[in-house]
Amino acid sequence: METRRHKHLVLILAREFASNLATPMLIADDQGTLVFYNEAAEAVVGRPFAEAGEISLDEWSESFGPRTESGAVPPERLTTQIALHERRAAHERYRITSVDGVEREVSVTAFPLFAHADEFVGIVAIFWRE
Amino acid sequence: MRVKIWGCRGSVPTPGPDTVTYGGNTSCVEVFADDGTTFVLDAGTGIRGLGLDLLERGIGRIHLCLTHLHLDHLEGLRFFAPLWDERVELDIWGPPSHELSLQERIARAFSPPLFPVDLRDVPAALTFHDVPREPWAIGRTTLAADFVLHPGPTIGYRIETAGASFAYIPDHEPALAGTIADRSTDWISGASLAEGVDALIHDSQYFEDEYEQRIGWGHSSVADAVAFTGAVGARRLVLFHHEPHHSDGLLEQLEDRARELAIRNRGPSPMLAHEGMVVELP
Repeated sequence: METRRHKHLVLILAREFASNLATPMLIADDQGTLVFYNEAAEAVVGRPFAEAGEISLDEWSESFGPRTESGAVPPERLTTQIALHERRAAHERYRITSVDGVEREVSVTAFPLFAHADEFVGIVAIFWRE
Repeated sequence: MRVKIWGCRGSVPTPGPDTVTYGGNTSCVEVFADDGTTFVLDAGTGIRGLGLDLLERGIGRIHLCLTHLHLDHLEGLRFFAPLWDERVELDIWGPPSHELSLQERIARAFSPPLFPVDLRDVPAALTFHDVPREPWAIGRTTLAADFVLHPGPTIGYRIETAGASFAYIPDHEPALAGTIADRSTDWISGASLAEGVDALIHDSQYFEDEYEQRIGWGHSSVADAVAFTGAVGARRLVLFHHEPHHSDGLLEQLEDRARELAIRNRGPSPMLAHEGMVVELP
């Protein structure tokens, strides 16, 4: 049987939840592919999701040059990567350069999503505008 | 593959003069595969009659596939005759949960004050399985299961043989995650289970105006059932999980509405499930 699997139900629900929030939110799947961010997040990253499309979360995050007072943040220390690979919640404040060239201060809270039977299905990240 | 409906009522059994045509028993469907493997989908009250029939036919190996454990999908199990026959081997498949095993959850229905006999005293040889995440084979039949939108851990099934495919999603509210027609299929709950199947049994509990008052209850309007069928390209839609308040006459109005919508969507002409209905596939 060859069936193309649709997105995990939890991601479908998360997307609908995010779509109805004024809080910037992104969703990535268990493979680290960015599968959605909402309209509020578009204002932070400077580009609509429809233009960005489904891309690697690594690649996407690095394109904003996230940095703290200590300097550039190594990719593996980004909150999204911690949630994805260490499967725990993480929170950090960054300075980023958005796609539209604007520098912004944001805090990012990222956490893993576990479905029934503790199946890891992806992550959610919430952006708090400073 | 032969599919037979033994119960298609939603929520609660509804015996009586208003439901004789389509039936009042809750969800239960028999799937008889070409290689002789027997699958039973859900254990609503329709399973009582099926159990007697299976024993009469001498079938001693049965796979019971549960979509979830709401009462209308489980309440008939205690009166399933093969359960009380020590010659029978019964494999029970169901949704996983990280709280309790499938066996522990089903055992609740076999305990006081609900029932006098404990599950461990059932004579048939029972084996419990959480459904695998990937498709699996039983005989020459391949099954797939996936979580679908309905309160609590709930799955739908796709069943395929060499020549036929069938999907069973009796309790499902895909529209809760947004308008079906606006979405690509990878963002529609249950889509991969039903994509391109020869026949789809799908929840269509409500008229559209009824659904507006019951959003989030886990069931579909007739319009959403037709939209889902169109989105996934199923070749036949069987309307299922009939609302308990719907008499035979009202169900026929619902079928008319479904057909009207299907013509507009250029989809297959839907038909109402009724007890005793047989669908031969392909």
